[in-house]
Amino acid sequence: MIDFLKRLFGPSGSSTTAKERLRLVLMTDHLELSPELIEAMKRDLVDVISRHVEVDRDKIEVNFERQDSALAMLANIPILSVGRPNGNPTLVPIETVQSPIVANGSAPRVRKRRKRAAKKTAPTSAAPASAAAQ
Amino acid sequence: MQQTQTVQDEVQSSAPAPRLGRAIVLTSGKGGVGKTTTTANLGTALAHRGARVVLVDADVGLRNLDIVLGLESRVKHHLLDVLEERVSLDEALVPGKHSESLFLLAAAQSREKDDVDTAKMKALISSLRERFDYVLIDCPAGIELGFRNAVAGADEAIVICTPEVAAVRDVDRVVGLLGNRFRPQLVINRLRPNLVKKGKMLSVEDVNAILRLPLLGVIADEPEIIVTTNRGEPLALRKETATGAAYHAIAARVAGEDVPAPMPAAPKATILERVGSLFGGRHA
Repeated sequence: MIDFLKRLFGPSGSSTTAKERLRLVLMTDHLELSPELIEAMKRDLVDVISRHVEVDRDKIEVNFERQDSALAMLANIPILSVGRPNGNPTLVPIETVQSPIVANGSAPRVRKRRKRAAKKTAPTSAAPASAAAQ
Repeated sequence: MQQTQTVQDEVQSSAPAPRLGRAIVLTSGKGGVGKTTTTANLGTALAHRGARVVLVDADVGLRNLDIVLGLESRVKHHLLDVLEERVSLDEALVPGKHSESLFLLAAAQSREKDDVDTAKMKALISSLRERFDYVLIDCPAGIELGFRNAVAGADEAIVICTPEVAAVRDVDRVVGLLGNRFRPQLVINRLRPNLVKKGKMLSVEDVNAILRLPLLGVIADEPEIIVTTNRGEPLALRKETATGAAYHAIAARVAGEDVPAPMPAAPKATILERVGSLFGGRHA
């Protein structure tokens, strides 16, 4: 009965949804990442990782996603084989590089952003250098 | 990060001589948030205070301000007639219906925004500032040339925002384009306090937590606004109504008076809602 009443009167939350969407969209707006810039970041990421493992360059995906209070860059980089190229394609599970990008959501007009060193779990690869892309 | 070139960079500010009126552009980026209605009501309220006010409809091609003011049948000449020197300013200024100190300079209806010469527009606003205490410029939606022409002669901005994701995003963009010179102030329009209370609409605090602008006031989404627009008589003419009074409070604040920003009152909780609040968080 209480549950029913709670459901009846409980928070409808569409303003909360609006708030969250707004925050995310403004973070993205303020980052002003052009498709060219994203392409360049993708290239650099792949170059670094390719020094250690062979990756499938054609199937790399880079996305931006809200995670808690930060905007995260999610790179999906399929690894074909561990060790330098030439190896048999022993498929290693697809690896995800996550690097939260701190966009200053609370003070939108301070167009500041930082990219922390990527948090990585893969055994062989090096974290991509933090590149404050201009 | 290199920011998009601001309008400020393009507009050379000339040192205003003493006793010049204030040129304020009302803008929002997004269309349909109430720029024209706000311009008409703010102008009406300022004129009611005894100020000499001219309203400039900069929405060339989509003339609306004359309708809201009920002056559509009196418009003989328009902004471009003046800019292109076909008629004098005096011939083009339409006196208001209800106030001797309110005038309208209508937009051209059959021309395009790109037809406006930015330098001439700036010069026109300057000359209006010599004759009026307030030059309110009703900016078209968008951030293209029409927007740039509308802000060219202004030295202050009032941004109009509704409590919606798209409107807040667009205001954020416009404020970024304006830069600091215009010292933008915020009017939140079309707020529905009962929806805010139910957690179904962004609140004033939600909007301004993002925009962080000085708040001139908040206008409720009232059926009265529609009725008065139908009639061509701005609600500010009826100071006894809550919304009419809100426009007068905004005008007082624009004039520099230290009065509180008008805020629509939330309706009293119904018995059902009070019972509901016993069962947990309504305010999401």
